[in-house]
Amino acid sequence: MLFIDPHVHMTSRTTDDYEAMRNAGIVAMIEPAFWMGQPRTEAGTFKDYYSHLIGFERFRASQFGIKHYCTIGLNSKEANNEPLAEEVIELLPLFVLKEGVVGVGEIGYDDQTPAEDKYYRLQLDLAKEVNLPVQIHTPHRDKRKGTLRSMEVALEHGLEPGMVIVDHNNEETVKDVLDRGFWAAFTIYPHTKMGNERMTEIVRQYGHERIMINSAADWGISDPLAVPKTAQLMLERGISEESVRMVTYQNALAAFGQSGQMQESDWLEANPVDQSLKFSGNSILRGGQTPRIDTGENNNDSRIIR
Amino acid sequence: MPNAALHEYLLRILLPQLPATGTTWLQKQLANLKTEKEFYLAFSVAPRFTGKKHLPFTEAELQEAEKLRSGFNPANWTADQVARTLLVFAIPHESPEAYVATLDRLFSTADLNELATLYASLPLLPYPEYHVKRAAEGVRTTMTQVFDAIALNNPYPHDYLPQEAWNQLVLKSVFNVRPLYQIYGLDNRRNEALAQIAIDYAHERWAAGRTLTPELWRLVGPFLKPENLKDIQRLLQTAEEVQPLAAALALTESNLPEAEEILAQHPALTAKIQAENITWQTIGENAYTA
Repeated sequence: MLFIDPHVHMTSRTTDDYEAMRNAGIVAMIEPAFWMGQPRTEAGTFKDYYSHLIGFERFRASQFGIKHYCTIGLNSKEANNEPLAEEVIELLPLFVLKEGVVGVGEIGYDDQTPAEDKYYRLQLDLAKEVNLPVQIHTPHRDKRKGTLRSMEVALEHGLEPGMVIVDHNNEETVKDVLDRGFWAAFTIYPHTKMGNERMTEIVRQYGHERIMINSAADWGISDPLAVPKTAQLMLERGISEESVRMVTYQNALAAFGQSGQMQESDWLEANPVDQSLKFSGNSILRGGQTPRIDTGENNNDSRIIR
Repeated sequence: MPNAALHEYLLRILLPQLPATGTTWLQKQLANLKTEKEFYLAFSVAPRFTGKKHLPFTEAELQEAEKLRSGFNPANWTADQVARTLLVFAIPHESPEAYVATLDRLFSTADLNELATLYASLPLLPYPEYHVKRAAEGVRTTMTQVFDAIALNNPYPHDYLPQEAWNQLVLKSVFNVRPLYQIYGLDNRRNEALAQIAIDYAHERWAAGRTLTPELWRLVGPFLKPENLKDIQRLLQTAEEVQPLAAALALTESNLPEAEEILAQHPALTAKIQAENITWQTIGENAYTA
């Protein structure tokens, strides 16, 4: 089976993760712009971060046969530094129309402050102006109200629900999101967000329409294989293959494909990975590693580092 | 307009390959770009209007490219790349410094394809002497696609990089297993410092039990010193045939009397080189396909 992880922060992950993701069937992923674990204090670091997402991280993923897309935005936590937020908002038009940028995200509410509200609204307008989908981060605290408010404000700014992906849902929010016609994304993230047994029951109850799952793997204790693992669990627990495909692949493609920047042919027709032709010896495959060549077998003894 | 002939050439190649909407869009942009912001926007969205197909070049068109700019070889250029290069020609500016400042801002927010396009365009841009630092910066990248755009089939480094930066380009190509034969003007800018670093690198690879591109010895031949001959002897004993062939080619480029003597001891190699017309080009072409 092929999978898409429509929310994963690869800048915080290692090459081992990329390799494991590709081996597990992940062919494409979306990296939303987020905060880095501690607040940035200069607009320039945002610019370099966005450049990194569309440059080096895209390159890094390609070396493992994974198509890397991203969403660009000012996250809610850092929207609370207003002087900085003003400068960052000015940067966004430089990036939102780049190739492979499939949305404005992740934006929304965290503490649900007036500053968060202000920059959320400004970015909704930007998304509408450039006709990109919106990827909404819903708050950890006061979640249900925050989720409802996120949707109300999006509607107030004239966005089509079909252009908005509401992320980090749970049993308490899913019905409201689906009833209003928005996409409902679920993050399989240990201890704080969804577990995949619960996720299986949600798909059993609500079906597969407009539902997608992601890992949101980042610098915390998280799992970049959450999507393929959950697919496996769902199949074992009697969810149909068609439903599994919809929530782990097709719906993400349909929702973010509305950007015009993400097509199945991007990965189905891509050249097979052959790192030996491309770059054995550079700083990812540091000099002398055995390159991965698709269709070749890798019989390295795992203890040996050449 | 920086170079009217190049502009006319690229437009003539590109326009017949564009959909009607692409042609209209591009001509409108080229005629109306007035502000930096308009330029940034047009540069980003270009592929949505032009597509990203490889352009078909006839032999005559490639020769024309070479005539317009020595070393300019657009054989692998794509529609979006040509359109973006035309847009970069058209950056509104009032001085070379202002032009470079706009370019710098563009580089700092560019995605992977945009970076490759910008570096490949350097030899065509106005104010060529202003782009030396940028070219040297390109060599520092770790993204293969971007590195190739500045290092391979690009005459700018040969024409403008100072020796230290040029040597870094060549050495990094060796280190990253890039095809040296695609570096424009390589033989012309070989030098003693580069040869010595190359030999040190060979020793490092051998010490680690790692493979080494036979193209490395292309950098060494004319600067062989008597103390390097033991390395050549070692190479001549290598089982993989391309390595002894590279050793023999390096010897033919050396002025050392000992070089001739060693060659005389390997008549089969020299005969093969003659019979099969083996050159650094053919060694390079065969080195990366296995």
